[in-house]
Order: sequence, then structure tokens, then C-alpha cells
Amino acid sequence: MTREDLLSALPGLQAERLDLWVARAWVRPDEGTSFAEIDVARVRLLVSLQDELEIETESVPVVLSLLDQLYEARRQLRLVRRAIDEATTADLRAAIAHEMQRLANERERG
Amino acid sequence: MDLYQTLGVSRDADAAAIKRAYRKLAKTNHPDLNPGNKAAEERFKTISSAYELLSDPAKRARYDAGEIDDQGEERRPQQSYSSHAEGPAGSRYRSSDGPDFSDIFADYFRTGGEAGGADPFGRRAQRNPRGQDRSYSLDVDFLDSIIGATRKLTLPDGKTIEVKIPAGINEGQVLRLKGQGGPPGREGAPAGDALIEVHIRPHPLYRRDGDNIALDLPVTLSEAVLGAKISVPTPHGTVAMTIPGGSDTGTKLRLRGRGVPAHAGKPAGDAYVTVKVVLNPADVELAKFLRDREPDGFDPRTKLQEHV
Repeated sequence: MTREDLLSALPGLQAERLDLWVARAWVRPDEGTSFAEIDVARVRLLVSLQDELEIETESVPVVLSLLDQLYEARRQLRLVRRAIDEATTADLRAAIAHEMQRLANERERG
Repeated sequence: MDLYQTLGVSRDADAAAIKRAYRKLAKTNHPDLNPGNKAAEERFKTISSAYELLSDPAKRARYDAGEIDDQGEERRPQQSYSSHAEGPAGSRYRSSDGPDFSDIFADYFRTGGEAGGADPFGRRAQRNPRGQDRSYSLDVDFLDSIIGATRKLTLPDGKTIEVKIPAGINEGQVLRLKGQGGPPGREGAPAGDALIEVHIRPHPLYRRDGDNIALDLPVTLSEAVLGAKISVPTPHGTVAMTIPGGSDTGTKLRLRGRGVPAHAGKPAGDAYVTVKVVLNPADVELAKFLRDREPDGFDPRTKLQEHV
């Protein structure tokens, strides 16, 4: 999607703000102009962070960095999950689940 | 059609501005004021429906967010950011200082295993299975830095490596020892390098000036006045040097080729000897001689007068 397409899909977004976000690399479209689905979703996220949650512009990089780290962690966890699925049998997965539960209970009890 | 453009207002226009813009356009295009003008009637409809939507804060917010279109119809719901971010596309926004789980699973991958791949969690390991470079510091004697030497360096892990110090090494210079750094991220990949920063201990006699060596040579008054053949220490051993008569404190003499030896295509440096007259404080005869001597009128301070 081009910059113009994106602006018309999001009438509440001023072009200057979008350009600023791209300039600050908060959004990283290919060649700076071609917005993939995730870029569009990220622009929507930025709109709601700033306009709905009223997060100050200076705080946005911190929020984005934490979010990016969180999603990186979740992608890694999904990778672990896939590896377990593909490398193990149902029995073993049940054993892993059981062990995870046991460890979690142990931790809760301190 | 962009509803803001229809009304000719900016996207952040407030409710009052939208109302004003609507009233102005409505007046000029109202069907009752333009009987029989089809175009005006169409424009009036468009303006009215734009105003209807933009004047309702809830609808306007949904329109701004792209949830409804210019007719107020629902648009295809957008997928949340998280649904994209957790998919493969998410790596576009991988944070450079993000979580690194390579330590948690490191022992799983160290043995290589069947897949033999690098630790998939290691942000660096995947692209660069080569071991990390490690930095060390090594103090070197002045003379070793001039003529070169081989020194042993004991690493924190107890390993000892031999470091060849090339002739003419400079203060702060870094020596790279290939393969003596961190272990590789994957079996078969090269180890990292050891980077050794060399620090040269100062010498009580010699100073370094590029490839040249400088030293002060204390001489007696008679050696300075009459000239003498004197043994001078150099990094390459003692050299017999002729001090010409009439030498003074500050007179500089050169010993060609007695500095840093030729290295890396550069010719050998020289040793510069600076004469320093040292009086014997116990020499009463000299004092007596000078007291009896006729003044010769020599004034070493004429230069000083010029600047007063």
C-alpha cells in the first residue's frame, strides 16, 4: 500500500505525522514508501497510542521498544513451541506440560 | 471520497470549523436556491452526508480510524498489530537490543547436535557463528618495544598464549592474535581473535620519538669543552661516541641507525644524544681557577635583553 492509500484508509491521520513516524523509523515501510500489512497495523497502533491512550510523543520510542521486545520474546516462545511439537511425541509433551505445572506451583509456593 | 476534502477542512479541524465549512457550502449549493441545477443538488447531498458523519463524534472517530467508509458503511475489520507482530513479518520490527535468550538454551546448542546449527536465539550467533573477539592488555618493557620480543600472556581462563611483539611497536597499538579469542558459536566455525592492547613502560634513560630514540648524556665540563670519546648506552648496546670540543648543554648529537631497527619497510631510526654538562660540586680547583681568571666579556644573556 502506498503512502497515499494509507492516508485515505486512515482519514484521521495527518500526512505530516505519518512522515514523521517514518523519518523516526517508528514505522519502516520498504523503500520508505511501500507499506506492508504489518506497517499499516503499526501505523494504526501508533494512532491509537497517541490519540486514544494519549501517550506523549517523547514516550513513544520507549513504548515501541518495549513492545518490540515483547513481541520478539513471543516469537521466540512460538519457535520453542513449534520445535517441541515437531521433535516430540504426545507422551513427551504431556510430560513437559506436567513438569511445567509442577515448576509453576513450586514457584508460587516460594 | 475524503470527507474532509469534501468539506474543505483539515483533518484535525474542530467541530466548530466543520460546522462553519458545512454551512458555507450548503448555502451556495442548496437545491432551493439553485432550482433545476442537478450538479448543485448532487454536491449538496455529498456535503450533507459528509457533515452528518463528521459532526457525530463517535462516527467521526470510527471514520478516522478507518473502521467505516465515507458512506458510514463498515469496512473490513483490520487485523490487530499483535497478529502481525507475532508472525514472520514481525521480525521487521525486531529490536536490536531486544531479548537474547541464547544464554538460556546455550548448552542445547553447544554440542552441535544433529542439526548442527547455531543457537537460534543468539542474535549474533545466527549470522556470525565465529567466536567473539576478546580484548586484553599487555605491559611491555621499553627495550622490548624497540627491538621486539616474545612475551607470554596468561589469560583469565588460565590459558597462556605467546605474544610476538614486533620491533618498533607503539604505545596503545593493538595486536590481533587469530583464533585466540572466544570459542566459536558453532562447531567447525572459527574461534574469535585475541586483541591485545600494548602499553609500553617508560624507561629511565630513553624516550621515544617516532622511530628515533632520545637520551640525555651527562658530561663533565672538561669533556664538553675539550671534547672526548664517551661510551653511550643504546638499546642495541654500548656505542663509543666522540663528543666534539665546545659541546654545550643542549647540543644534540646523532647516532645513525641506533633507534628503532628497520621494520615494516621503514628504515632504522636514529638515537639522538643531548649533551648535558654536569659540574662536579666538589671541584674546588675549578672554582679557584675561575675566581683568578680575567673576565672575558662574554654575555650569554644578550638574547634575554632583546625581549625585555
